[in-house]
Amino acid sequence: MHELSIALSMIEQIEEQSEKHPGTVRSVNLRIGVLSGVDAEALRFAWEIACAGTPFAEAKLVIESIPLSVRCPRCGETHSPDIWALACPRCITPEQDILAGTELELTSLEIDT
Amino acid sequence: MTRLVEVRSAILKENDVLARKLRERFVAAHVCVISFVSSPGSGKTTFLEKLMSRIAARHRIAALVGDLATENDAARLSRACAQVRQITTGTICHLDAKMIDKALEGWKLDELDFLFIENVGNLVCPSSYDLGEQMRVVLLSATEGEDKPLKYPTIFNTSDLALITKIDLAEAVEFDRETAHRSINSVRPGMKILEVSAKTGAGMEATEALFESLLVPV
Repeated sequence: MHELSIALSMIEQIEEQSEKHPGTVRSVNLRIGVLSGVDAEALRFAWEIACAGTPFAEAKLVIESIPLSVRCPRCGETHSPDIWALACPRCITPEQDILAGTELELTSLEIDT
Repeated sequence: MTRLVEVRSAILKENDVLARKLRERFVAAHVCVISFVSSPGSGKTTFLEKLMSRIAARHRIAALVGDLATENDAARLSRACAQVRQITTGTICHLDAKMIDKALEGWKLDELDFLFIENVGNLVCPSSYDLGEQMRVVLLSATEGEDKPLKYPTIFNTSDLALITKIDLAEAVEFDRETAHRSINSVRPGMKILEVSAKTGAGMEATEALFESLLVPV
Protein backbone atom coordinates (compact mmCIF):
# COMPACT_ATOMS: atom_id res chain seq x y z
CA MET A 1 0.00 0.00 0.00
CA HIS A 2 2.07 2.90 -1.28
CA GLU A 3 -1.01 4.96 -2.06
CA LEU A 4 -0.43 7.10 1.04
CA SER A 5 2.98 8.16 -0.32
CA ILE A 6 1.27 8.92 -3.63
CA ALA A 7 -1.42 10.98 -1.89
CA LEU A 8 1.26 12.97 -0.02
CA SER A 9 3.08 13.68 -3.29
CA MET A 10 -0.23 14.88 -4.73
CA ILE A 11 -0.74 17.26 -1.83
CA GLU A 12 2.71 18.78 -2.39
CA GLN A 13 1.88 19.43 -6.02
CA ILE A 14 -1.58 20.80 -5.22
CA GLU A 15 -0.02 23.16 -2.67
CA GLU A 16 2.35 24.45 -5.34
CA GLN A 17 -0.52 25.03 -7.74
CA SER A 18 -2.74 26.73 -5.20
CA GLU A 19 0.00 29.21 -4.43
CA LYS A 20 -0.07 30.20 -8.12
CA HIS A 21 -3.86 30.00 -8.38
CA PRO A 22 -5.44 31.14 -5.10
CA GLY A 23 -8.93 29.93 -4.26
CA THR A 24 -10.70 26.84 -2.95
CA VAL A 25 -9.78 23.58 -4.60
CA ARG A 26 -13.08 21.87 -5.49
CA SER A 27 -11.82 18.87 -7.35
CA VAL A 28 -8.58 17.09 -8.07
CA ASN A 29 -8.56 15.32 -11.43
CA LEU A 30 -6.25 12.36 -11.97
CA ARG A 31 -5.48 9.91 -14.74
CA ILE A 32 -4.39 6.50 -13.49
CA GLY A 33 -3.34 3.77 -15.87
CA VAL A 34 -4.17 0.15 -15.11
CA LEU A 35 -0.46 -0.62 -15.30
CA SER A 36 0.65 2.24 -13.01
CA GLY A 37 0.77 0.04 -9.92
CA VAL A 38 -1.71 2.28 -8.13
CA ASP A 39 -5.14 1.13 -7.02
CA ALA A 40 -7.86 3.77 -7.32
CA GLU A 41 -9.83 2.63 -4.27
CA ALA A 42 -6.73 2.46 -2.08
CA LEU A 43 -5.78 5.93 -3.31
CA ARG A 44 -9.23 7.32 -2.39
CA PHE A 45 -8.81 5.86 1.08
CA ALA A 46 -5.29 7.27 1.43
CA TRP A 47 -6.41 10.65 0.10
CA GLU A 48 -9.04 10.96 2.87
CA ILE A 49 -6.28 10.49 5.43
CA ALA A 50 -3.68 12.63 3.69
CA CYS A 51 -5.87 15.65 3.00
CA ALA A 52 -7.42 15.83 6.50
CA GLY A 53 -6.44 19.10 8.11
CA THR A 54 -5.19 20.60 4.83
CA PRO A 55 -7.06 23.30 2.86
CA PHE A 56 -7.99 20.52 0.38
CA ALA A 57 -9.95 18.36 2.82
CA GLU A 58 -13.20 19.13 0.98
CA ALA A 59 -11.80 18.59 -2.51
CA LYS A 60 -13.34 15.80 -4.55
CA LEU A 61 -11.05 13.21 -6.10
CA VAL A 62 -11.98 12.47 -9.71
CA ILE A 63 -10.09 9.50 -11.09
CA GLU A 64 -10.09 8.62 -14.76
CA SER A 65 -8.93 5.04 -15.22
CA ILE A 66 -6.83 4.59 -18.35
CA PRO A 67 -7.00 1.15 -19.95
CA LEU A 68 -3.93 -0.48 -21.40
CA SER A 69 -3.36 0.31 -25.04
CA VAL A 70 -0.56 -1.30 -27.01
CA ARG A 71 0.63 -1.39 -30.60
CA CYS A 72 2.12 -4.41 -32.28
CA PRO A 73 5.51 -3.50 -33.74
CA ARG A 74 5.10 -6.22 -36.38
CA CYS A 75 1.61 -5.87 -37.82
CA GLY A 76 0.71 -2.43 -36.49
CA GLU A 77 -2.46 -3.66 -34.78
CA THR A 78 -3.50 -1.47 -31.86
CA HIS A 79 -5.37 -3.26 -29.11
CA SER A 80 -6.34 -3.02 -25.47
CA PRO A 81 -5.30 -6.26 -23.77
CA ASP A 82 -5.64 -7.41 -20.20
CA ILE A 83 -2.51 -6.51 -18.24
CA TRP A 84 -1.57 -10.17 -17.86
CA ALA A 85 -1.72 -11.11 -21.55
CA LEU A 86 -0.04 -8.58 -23.80
CA ALA A 87 0.66 -10.51 -27.00
CA CYS A 88 -0.87 -9.32 -30.29
CA PRO A 89 -4.24 -11.04 -30.91
CA ARG A 90 -3.73 -10.85 -34.69
CA CYS A 91 -0.20 -12.09 -35.31
CA ILE A 92 0.69 -13.32 -31.75
CA THR A 93 3.92 -11.29 -31.67
CA PRO A 94 4.78 -11.19 -27.96
CA GLU A 95 6.56 -7.82 -27.61
CA GLN A 96 4.18 -4.89 -27.77
CA ASP A 97 4.80 -1.16 -27.55
CA ILE A 98 2.82 0.37 -24.71
CA LEU A 99 0.90 3.45 -25.84
CA ALA A 100 -1.14 4.10 -22.71
CA GLY A 101 -1.95 2.57 -19.35
CA THR A 102 1.08 3.51 -17.25
CA GLU A 103 -0.12 7.05 -16.40
CA LEU A 104 -0.02 8.37 -12.87
CA GLU A 105 -0.88 11.95 -13.56
CA LEU A 106 -2.31 14.96 -11.81
CA THR A 107 -4.30 16.27 -14.76
CA SER A 108 -6.05 19.37 -13.48
CA LEU A 109 -7.64 21.13 -10.54
CA GLU A 110 -11.00 22.86 -10.29
CA ILE A 111 -10.54 25.98 -8.23
CA ASP A 112 -13.24 28.37 -6.98
CA THR A 113 -11.95 31.88 -7.12
CA MET B 1 -16.34 31.40 -10.36
CA THR B 2 -14.87 27.95 -10.87
CA ARG B 3 -11.88 27.62 -13.12
CA LEU B 4 -10.05 24.58 -14.37
CA VAL B 5 -6.30 24.74 -13.84
CA GLU B 6 -4.40 22.37 -16.13
CA VAL B 7 -1.50 20.68 -14.35
CA ARG B 8 -0.65 17.58 -16.40
CA SER B 9 2.27 16.46 -14.33
CA ALA B 10 3.37 13.05 -13.14
CA ILE B 11 2.36 12.59 -9.51
CA LEU B 12 5.75 11.07 -8.76
CA LYS B 13 7.55 13.83 -10.66
CA GLU B 14 9.83 14.58 -7.74
CA ASN B 15 10.95 10.95 -7.56
CA ASP B 16 11.34 10.74 -11.33
CA VAL B 17 13.51 13.87 -11.44
CA LEU B 18 15.73 12.64 -8.63
CA ALA B 19 15.99 9.16 -10.20
CA ARG B 20 17.11 10.75 -13.46
CA LYS B 21 19.82 12.68 -11.59
CA LEU B 22 20.95 9.49 -9.86
CA ARG B 23 21.07 7.66 -13.19
CA GLU B 24 23.27 10.43 -14.62
CA ARG B 25 25.58 10.17 -11.61
CA PHE B 26 25.81 6.39 -11.97
CA VAL B 27 26.62 6.64 -15.68
CA ALA B 28 29.24 9.34 -15.08
CA ALA B 29 30.88 7.20 -12.37
CA HIS B 30 30.76 4.08 -14.59
CA VAL B 31 29.00 2.13 -11.86
CA CYS B 32 26.48 -0.49 -12.90
CA VAL B 33 23.43 -0.28 -10.65
CA ILE B 34 21.10 -3.27 -10.43
CA SER B 35 18.04 -3.40 -8.23
CA PHE B 36 16.22 -6.49 -6.99
CA VAL B 37 12.51 -6.74 -6.29
CA SER B 38 10.40 -9.68 -5.16
CA SER B 39 7.94 -10.82 -2.56
CA PRO B 40 9.32 -11.38 0.95
CA GLY B 41 11.11 -14.68 1.28
CA SER B 42 11.86 -15.33 -2.38
CA GLY B 43 15.58 -15.35 -1.70
CA LYS B 44 16.85 -11.86 -2.59
CA THR B 45 19.32 -11.69 0.26
CA THR B 46 20.56 -15.25 -0.16
CA PHE B 47 21.02 -14.72 -3.89
CA LEU B 48 22.88 -11.46 -3.34
CA GLU B 49 25.05 -12.98 -0.63
CA LYS B 50 26.06 -15.73 -3.03
CA LEU B 51 26.52 -13.41 -5.99
CA MET B 52 28.63 -10.93 -4.08
CA SER B 53 30.86 -13.53 -2.50
CA ARG B 54 31.47 -15.04 -5.95
CA ILE B 55 32.39 -11.79 -7.68
CA ALA B 56 33.97 -9.83 -4.79
CA ALA B 57 37.47 -10.88 -5.78
CA ARG B 58 37.23 -9.47 -9.30
CA HIS B 59 34.87 -6.50 -8.89
CA ARG B 60 34.47 -3.58 -6.55
CA ILE B 61 30.96 -3.87 -5.16
CA ALA B 62 28.60 -2.23 -2.72
CA ALA B 63 25.05 -2.89 -1.68
CA LEU B 64 22.06 -1.05 -0.27
CA VAL B 65 19.37 -3.09 1.33
CA GLY B 66 15.86 -1.96 2.22
CA ASP B 67 13.60 -3.35 4.91
CA LEU B 68 10.91 -1.92 7.15
CA ALA B 69 12.93 -2.81 10.24
CA THR B 70 16.10 -4.55 11.48
CA GLU B 71 19.61 -4.52 10.08
CA ASN B 72 19.71 -8.30 9.69
CA ASP B 73 20.03 -8.32 5.91
CA ALA B 74 22.85 -5.78 5.90
CA ALA B 75 24.66 -7.89 8.49
CA ARG B 76 24.28 -10.94 6.26
CA LEU B 77 25.44 -9.13 3.15
CA SER B 78 28.42 -7.55 4.85
CA ARG B 79 29.92 -11.01 5.17
CA ALA B 80 30.31 -10.95 1.39
CA CYS B 81 31.28 -7.31 0.85
CA ALA B 82 32.55 -4.49 2.99
CA GLN B 83 30.38 -1.69 1.72
CA VAL B 84 26.81 -2.43 2.74
CA ARG B 85 24.22 -0.06 4.08
CA GLN B 86 20.79 -0.88 5.41
CA ILE B 87 17.92 1.46 4.62
CA THR B 88 15.20 1.01 7.23
CA THR B 89 12.03 2.48 5.82
CA GLY B 90 9.91 2.34 8.99
CA THR B 91 6.39 1.87 7.73
CA ILE B 92 7.11 2.53 4.06
CA CYS B 93 6.68 -0.44 1.77
CA HIS B 94 9.19 0.50 -0.95
CA LEU B 95 12.45 2.33 -1.58
CA ASP B 96 12.36 5.65 -3.40
CA ALA B 97 15.01 7.74 -5.12
CA LYS B 98 15.37 10.08 -2.13
CA MET B 99 16.26 7.18 0.18
CA ILE B 100 18.88 5.97 -2.29
CA ASP B 101 20.36 9.44 -2.66
CA LYS B 102 20.64 9.81 1.11
CA ALA B 103 22.06 6.31 1.65
CA LEU B 104 24.84 6.97 -0.87
CA GLU B 105 26.27 9.89 1.13
CA GLY B 106 29.99 9.57 1.55
CA TRP B 107 30.43 6.70 -0.89
CA LYS B 108 32.77 7.19 -3.82
CA LEU B 109 30.73 5.86 -6.72
CA ASP B 110 33.60 6.06 -9.19
CA GLU B 111 35.48 3.50 -7.10
CA LEU B 112 32.74 0.92 -7.68
CA ASP B 113 31.92 -1.49 -10.51
CA PHE B 114 28.57 -2.66 -9.17
CA LEU B 115 26.03 -1.24 -6.79
CA PHE B 116 23.27 -3.68 -5.87
CA ILE B 117 20.03 -2.42 -4.39
CA GLU B 118 17.78 -4.87 -2.60
CA ASN B 119 14.30 -3.40 -2.42
CA VAL B 120 11.77 -4.04 0.34
CA GLY B 121 10.11 -7.43 -0.15
CA ASN B 122 6.91 -6.40 -1.89
CA LEU B 123 5.55 -7.20 -5.35
CA VAL B 124 3.31 -4.16 -5.63
CA CYS B 125 4.63 -0.84 -4.41
CA PRO B 126 8.26 -0.78 -5.63
CA SER B 127 7.02 -0.91 -9.22
CA SER B 128 6.03 2.78 -9.19
CA TYR B 129 9.39 4.13 -8.01
CA ASP B 130 12.34 4.59 -10.34
CA LEU B 131 15.59 4.37 -8.35
CA GLY B 132 17.88 5.37 -11.20
CA GLU B 133 19.00 1.78 -11.66
CA GLN B 134 20.32 0.46 -14.95
CA MET B 135 18.54 -2.87 -14.59
CA ARG B 136 15.63 -4.00 -12.45
CA VAL B 137 15.60 -7.69 -11.65
CA VAL B 138 12.45 -9.41 -10.41
CA LEU B 139 12.89 -12.63 -8.46
CA LEU B 140 10.33 -15.42 -8.40
CA SER B 141 11.11 -18.46 -6.30
CA ALA B 142 10.14 -21.95 -7.37
CA THR B 143 8.19 -22.31 -4.13
CA GLU B 144 5.89 -19.38 -4.90
CA GLY B 145 3.91 -20.86 -7.76
CA GLU B 146 4.09 -20.43 -11.50
CA ASP B 147 1.29 -17.89 -11.79
CA LYS B 148 2.79 -15.15 -9.57
CA PRO B 149 3.57 -12.99 -12.65
CA LEU B 150 -0.09 -13.10 -13.72
CA LYS B 151 -1.17 -12.01 -10.24
CA TYR B 152 1.37 -9.16 -10.04
CA PRO B 153 1.78 -8.03 -13.64
CA THR B 154 2.99 -4.48 -12.97
CA ILE B 155 6.19 -5.43 -11.18
CA PHE B 156 7.06 -7.92 -13.92
CA ASN B 157 6.20 -5.42 -16.59
CA THR B 158 8.53 -2.79 -15.14
CA SER B 159 11.46 -5.21 -14.71
CA ASP B 160 14.19 -6.09 -17.18
CA LEU B 161 15.17 -9.57 -16.07
CA ALA B 162 13.35 -12.38 -14.26
CA LEU B 163 15.31 -14.69 -12.00
CA ILE B 164 13.64 -17.91 -10.95
CA THR B 165 15.29 -18.68 -7.60
CA LYS B 166 15.46 -21.83 -5.44
CA ILE B 167 15.42 -23.88 -8.62
CA ASP B 168 16.97 -26.76 -6.66
CA LEU B 169 13.54 -27.13 -5.00
CA ALA B 170 11.64 -27.30 -8.30
CA GLU B 171 11.10 -31.01 -8.24
CA ALA B 172 10.17 -31.18 -4.56
CA VAL B 173 7.44 -28.56 -4.94
CA GLU B 174 6.39 -29.75 -8.41
CA PHE B 175 7.28 -26.41 -9.94
CA ASP B 176 6.37 -26.36 -13.62
CA ARG B 177 9.12 -24.42 -15.39
CA GLU B 178 7.29 -24.15 -18.67
CA THR B 179 4.18 -22.66 -17.10
CA ALA B 180 6.31 -20.18 -15.14
CA HIS B 181 8.14 -19.05 -18.28
CA ARG B 182 4.81 -18.75 -20.08
CA SER B 183 3.35 -16.59 -17.26
CA ILE B 184 6.35 -14.27 -17.32
CA ASN B 185 6.22 -13.97 -21.09
CA SER B 186 2.53 -13.29 -21.07
CA VAL B 187 2.99 -10.30 -18.77
CA ARG B 188 6.33 -9.05 -20.07
CA PRO B 189 6.79 -10.55 -23.51
CA GLY B 190 10.39 -11.16 -24.47
CA MET B 191 11.82 -10.71 -20.97
CA LYS B 192 15.03 -12.59 -20.34
CA ILE B 193 14.59 -15.36 -17.76
CA LEU B 194 17.34 -17.14 -15.82
CA GLU B 195 16.97 -19.97 -13.33
CA VAL B 196 19.27 -19.99 -10.32
CA SER B 197 19.97 -21.74 -7.07
CA ALA B 198 22.07 -19.86 -4.54
CA LYS B 199 22.38 -23.12 -2.65
CA THR B 200 23.81 -25.34 -5.40
CA GLY B 201 25.27 -22.53 -7.51
CA ALA B 202 23.22 -23.57 -10.56
CA GLY B 203 22.73 -20.69 -12.99
CA MET B 204 25.00 -18.34 -11.03
CA GLU B 205 27.64 -18.23 -13.73
CA ALA B 206 25.14 -17.24 -16.43
CA THR B 207 23.70 -14.55 -14.17
CA GLU B 208 27.15 -13.12 -13.41
CA ALA B 209 28.00 -13.12 -17.11
CA LEU B 210 24.82 -11.19 -17.88
CA PHE B 211 25.57 -8.59 -15.18
CA GLU B 212 29.18 -8.29 -16.28
CA SER B 213 28.05 -7.65 -19.85
CA LEU B 214 26.48 -4.43 -18.55
CA LEU B 215 29.81 -3.06 -17.33
CA VAL B 216 31.32 -0.32 -19.41
CA PRO B 217 34.78 -1.37 -20.58
CA VAL B 218 37.35 1.01 -19.10
